[in-house]
Amino acid sequence: MAATGPSSTETLERVRAGLAARYRRERRFRLFGAASAILGLLFVLMLFVSIFSNGYSAFWQTQVKLDIYFDPEVIDPGATGEPQVIGKANFDKVVRGALYDLFPDVSGRQERRDLKRLVSAGAGFELREQVLADPALVGQTRTLWLPADDEVDMLVKGYIDRDLPEASRRLKDRQIAWIDALAEKGLVERQFNAAFFTTGDSREPELAGIGGAIKGSFFMLVVTLILSFPLGVAAAVYLEEFAPKNRWVDLIEVNINNLAAVPSIVFGLLGLAVFINFFGLPRSAPVVGGLVLTLMTLPTVIIASRAAIKSVPPSVREAALGVGASAMQTVFHHVIPLAMPGMLTGAIIGMARALGESAPLLMIGMIAFIVEVPETPLDPATALPVQIYLWADSPERAFVERTSAAIIVLLAFLLVMNGLAIWMRKKFERRW
Amino acid sequence: MMEITVFLRVNFARPLVLAAGFALLNGPAFGQAARDYISIVGSSTVYPFATVVAEQFGRTTDFKTPKIESTGSGGGLKLFCTGIGVDHPDVTNSSRRIKASEVEMCAENGVEQIVEVKIGYDGIVLANSTETAVLELTLRQVFLALAKDVPDPGGARKLVPNPYQKWSDIDPGLPAVRIEVLGPPPTSGTRDAFAELAMEGGCKTFDWIKAIKSEDKSRFKAICHAVREDGRYIEAGENDNLIVQKLRANPDALGIFGFSFLDQNADVVQGSIINGSGPTFDAIADGDYAVSRPLYFYVKKAHVDAIPGIREYLEEFTGERAVGQEGYLADRGLIPLPEDEYEAVVASVRNLDNLSLAAN
Repeated sequence: MAATGPSSTETLERVRAGLAARYRRERRFRLFGAASAILGLLFVLMLFVSIFSNGYSAFWQTQVKLDIYFDPEVIDPGATGEPQVIGKANFDKVVRGALYDLFPDVSGRQERRDLKRLVSAGAGFELREQVLADPALVGQTRTLWLPADDEVDMLVKGYIDRDLPEASRRLKDRQIAWIDALAEKGLVERQFNAAFFTTGDSREPELAGIGGAIKGSFFMLVVTLILSFPLGVAAAVYLEEFAPKNRWVDLIEVNINNLAAVPSIVFGLLGLAVFINFFGLPRSAPVVGGLVLTLMTLPTVIIASRAAIKSVPPSVREAALGVGASAMQTVFHHVIPLAMPGMLTGAIIGMARALGESAPLLMIGMIAFIVEVPETPLDPATALPVQIYLWADSPERAFVERTSAAIIVLLAFLLVMNGLAIWMRKKFERRW
Repeated sequence: MMEITVFLRVNFARPLVLAAGFALLNGPAFGQAARDYISIVGSSTVYPFATVVAEQFGRTTDFKTPKIESTGSGGGLKLFCTGIGVDHPDVTNSSRRIKASEVEMCAENGVEQIVEVKIGYDGIVLANSTETAVLELTLRQVFLALAKDVPDPGGARKLVPNPYQKWSDIDPGLPAVRIEVLGPPPTSGTRDAFAELAMEGGCKTFDWIKAIKSEDKSRFKAICHAVREDGRYIEAGENDNLIVQKLRANPDALGIFGFSFLDQNADVVQGSIINGSGPTFDAIADGDYAVSRPLYFYVKKAHVDAIPGIREYLEEFTGERAVGQEGYLADRGLIPLPEDEYEAVVASVRNLDNLSLAAN
């Protein structure tokens, strides 16, 4: 001890001299880390703020309150009560009639056309549905809230500058005057846009909804989950528990890791060649989308499941084997139940990735205009990201907010799924 | 474990084996024995119009709403020509006329009878932000601004790499701002039409280049259609909304896109005057505006009575209510056909006349 005394103080001094610099370096390092994290957060915040500020207004839709007289002369002149007759009736005329009653001094073809444009083209369809559901309405008068045209909606929401010259606006001065007159009487109101969540696509922004896309995405994810989870778990169990350690298995392993990194459009091409051209499955169907996404998520599920199985301690297996369980019983009774939370987490994260994917769907015809909400996985459908892509490319101004609103819905689904994955990991994970 | 294997065998294995067997036996027919909706593919320029018609059709008739995929004109025709039968689309939209090579490809696959329907015109505009002055250009100036090689400014009959950096370099009367044009990529039908109508239109004004056309057509095309690659022409993707947004942010830039986007965004962007005529609805309809092109769709005659609703869809699309002078497609920015051309289209659709490339 004594011999090292002087050199020890020497070391101590040298350490002390450098100490301040070391602390500084450490602080700098920590600061860099925090700065990167904050920068990342800022970008996420920017994304959220811009999307929310653009999109939240789409959850409300301007409606116009009209006294609709279901004129038997227009709807069913022969009083037949036949759905075929009612279905073909000119319900636009019924809507127009209600508008002309509100503004009796509007005359002239062009002026009346402008007045008619205040109400959505979908109002007539809505009345048609109502009368078909309840033919007794014919001949009665009902006060109804009907969707306003998208241009009116944009004006009420303040997206159209009233001070611009008339020629560079899509609404004419007299139309704005009519809207203001209606608003004064309390006949124009913004209401919660429930239709947005239930209807399919439409070229009228005020009628367009993401119901069809949500259902299409749902069908696809169900197909993906049903196929990729059992297959992925089975592959992982085999590779971890039963496969011999040889060059072939190494090759398979390398390939699985490789597949996880393959761009998703490649899976789309594969799906087109195999499922549509060879097996003859229908184009644009969620079942094909699900199959393609299965190919895409399978490697993710296998890798996550293998990691989960690997984390089960060998002592558990040895104990099971020790009390006489077969290899299969060991796997089914002990390894899989213990690895399940990790495998499910991997599956959910894989599904979340699949939900946001649009590139592979391009090749199998899911980027399409589809109005009807799909009933089965074999009906043509779109998916949420595809709907966003299609709306972003539409010329009508009102689709800007619809696009952002659809993104909000997609983000909400992703948050729920990723949140579920974290919650499951927290709740069921076991440390050894 | 016994139960599980039995369960598997009964509930999963059999249908799977059966399905696989069916697939092999029936070939590509599996899963699509019949189709009760019309399947449409094709141009992304026609897409916004065709979808409106399809929706009207779906809502006012008992037929299902047609499914419309936006694949681009070339991609659509390729799918269209793959064969007859429910697996193949019934209709393809196109922002250019079908080519002879495509008609041949169709015929090879058994698609021999095709009905051509011309639906109207679409103007291609060169627009800038409303914050700056409207540009007045000639096609010649457009060509000089955007071509890869231009005739020697010195007057010699040879081509030199495009030297023009500012608009005022081309003509002192034009503003002294950098040439910056945002436009669609080469895969787009809009770009094809722009090259053919605007670039070639300006290119032809040089007599000696025009003379090349009769000698060497492909060289003429190469000279006239090549767009400069030194960063003055910026490929902005197929999304026209994005171009409109970029023009708002950069008042010095010009953008190339379809008339319907100008129509919807008249408060932000304005169309440049070309050869003395601005891109207004009337000017395009009268043919005064130089850069406009016809839009088409093609129908497989063999499918007309096999798939329910095609006849009625044709009726809706060619009806006065849709493509007429005051039809709902005119509201969306489609320029209607002149009266006589419209009559001819209606008549040929009624008789389901076969396509003949010799006509017009």
